[in-house]
Amino acid sequence: MLWQKTVITKTSRKFAWNFVIRCLKGANTGDTEMLDIQNVRNDFPVLNQTVNGKPLVYFDNAATSQKPQIVIDAISNYYSTINANIHRGVHTLSQLATDAYEVSRQTIQKHINAKHAHEVLFTAGTTHGVNLVANGFSALIKTGDEVMISAMEHHSNIVPWQMLCERTGAKLVVIPMNQHGELVMEEFERLLTEKTKIVSVNHISNSLGTINPIEHIIKKAHTAGAAVFIDGAQAAPHLKIDVQALDCDFYAFSGHKACGPTGSGILYGKEEWLEKLPPYQGGGEMIKEVTFEKTTYAGLPHKFEAGTPHIEGGIVLGTAIDYLNTIGLDNIAAYETELLHYGTEKLLEIEGLKIIGTAANKTSVISFNIGNIHPYDIGAIVDKMGIAVRTGHHCTQPVMNFFDIPGTVRASFAFYNTKEEIDALVQAVLKAQRMLG
Amino acid sequence: MSIKEIQEEIIDEFSMFDDWEERYQYVIDLGNSLPLVEDQYKTDENIIKGCQSKVWLHGEQNDGNVVFTADSDAILTKGIIAILIRVFSNQKPADILEADTDFIDEIGLKEHLSPTRANGLVSMIKQIKMYALAFSAKS
Repeated sequence: MLWQKTVITKTSRKFAWNFVIRCLKGANTGDTEMLDIQNVRNDFPVLNQTVNGKPLVYFDNAATSQKPQIVIDAISNYYSTINANIHRGVHTLSQLATDAYEVSRQTIQKHINAKHAHEVLFTAGTTHGVNLVANGFSALIKTGDEVMISAMEHHSNIVPWQMLCERTGAKLVVIPMNQHGELVMEEFERLLTEKTKIVSVNHISNSLGTINPIEHIIKKAHTAGAAVFIDGAQAAPHLKIDVQALDCDFYAFSGHKACGPTGSGILYGKEEWLEKLPPYQGGGEMIKEVTFEKTTYAGLPHKFEAGTPHIEGGIVLGTAIDYLNTIGLDNIAAYETELLHYGTEKLLEIEGLKIIGTAANKTSVISFNIGNIHPYDIGAIVDKMGIAVRTGHHCTQPVMNFFDIPGTVRASFAFYNTKEEIDALVQAVLKAQRMLG
Repeated sequence: MSIKEIQEEIIDEFSMFDDWEERYQYVIDLGNSLPLVEDQYKTDENIIKGCQSKVWLHGEQNDGNVVFTADSDAILTKGIIAILIRVFSNQKPADILEADTDFIDEIGLKEHLSPTRANGLVSMIKQIKMYALAFSAKS
């Protein structure tokens, strides 16, 4: 694997060396933190800038993560060294590009502990994965069947299932949540019947930060004979995922939220399910033989990968996953939990501030409102102080309707954020409150 | 005053401010002082839904001029609405159709008229022009 040797090892060696230095520094200073954040931050060039005259504080990580230099370099290296179409050329570049693409598939397979590499489909992102499965299920469900989602889904894990129900006459059933933003499990068990054909829930809620008890949901759904789809968009950057231990039938996530390129992502599906589902899109790459009378389809994973894919995106997603693993997802989760606790404590000191989403088990997302101040006003003012937060309904209008609010201000932390940045956010929010009060 | 004259007056007013904070505080004050749309006009028909904030806009004809009243649930959006109303309300349909909103750049509020803000203001300006077009066709 020439490309792997000449390109990947060069950058990864540099990265590995940085990591060693980082660990040594941590040890030398007696720092109790697992990560030397300043060194981690140095991996992300975008963080080193001022916005509106102030140091950038990037707290919109649940929308998209920033990219480390190793990922940025890998994109450019791909186009500088091995760019070619994959899976068809006999020439050397095409071989190298194909190898790199398939190595990345194996990296992701290992990362999520899938049984087979062909159970990992490259997609354009989580939304693509949901649509692929929801479309495929058209052939498998009928009037009277039920499709179950939850009250805290992102629109992209609602609309494709609604469309499926419209096509087939199946019924959409919604697991309710409580005032903390936790799913009501008794209701879930009551709603789950032999009519339920598929349950699709997020691993982590994007607007509330709730980590859902998916192990339990998967077990119960399987007992009732339903398949389970997990929207892992918010989980992939924060948690270690083991699809075999979870025993989920499908798991999807986006690359861009996990330090990878935009337009990359994966859909994991159990082999037997992927065999059962019909192809989603027709085109090149996904066929075995085409005549005007009949087309036979390629085997997995190509059956679901019509057309020339986002080659560089797929390859570099593997680089991003390697990067996250070098930092260590356990380290990431521990540090982000620390940020969550610190941020929650500091923000709650602001008079009138209310956190939306107070689940016992949550990730580093803090959605909040202050009195009757509109989230847009707070977002626009803190932006003037260099702070990037998300405001609005976060593509979860039903969640906002549930809490009877127009939206929230959402600060979502990543492993490259710091407590000092949280302090800056608190100061900026206090200023916004003074100006708007 | 003509639309152009009002715009220049606003640019003058904003030139007194030293930084974004003073500009924003002024916009917030304007938002707080904007007369609301009468409840009878705060209907779903008059609503312009942005992803971030809602805007209500009502237009009617008075003596050959178009009179606008508007409201928003976000105060900064409302403040900018106050500025836009000051510019466009009580003007002739033809003048409204001809006018631009470049003065917003000069008063340092450009980002609020960006479509990515999705605050309803871009659609509101379109709607102001639609009213003018409809009334000019009538008269």
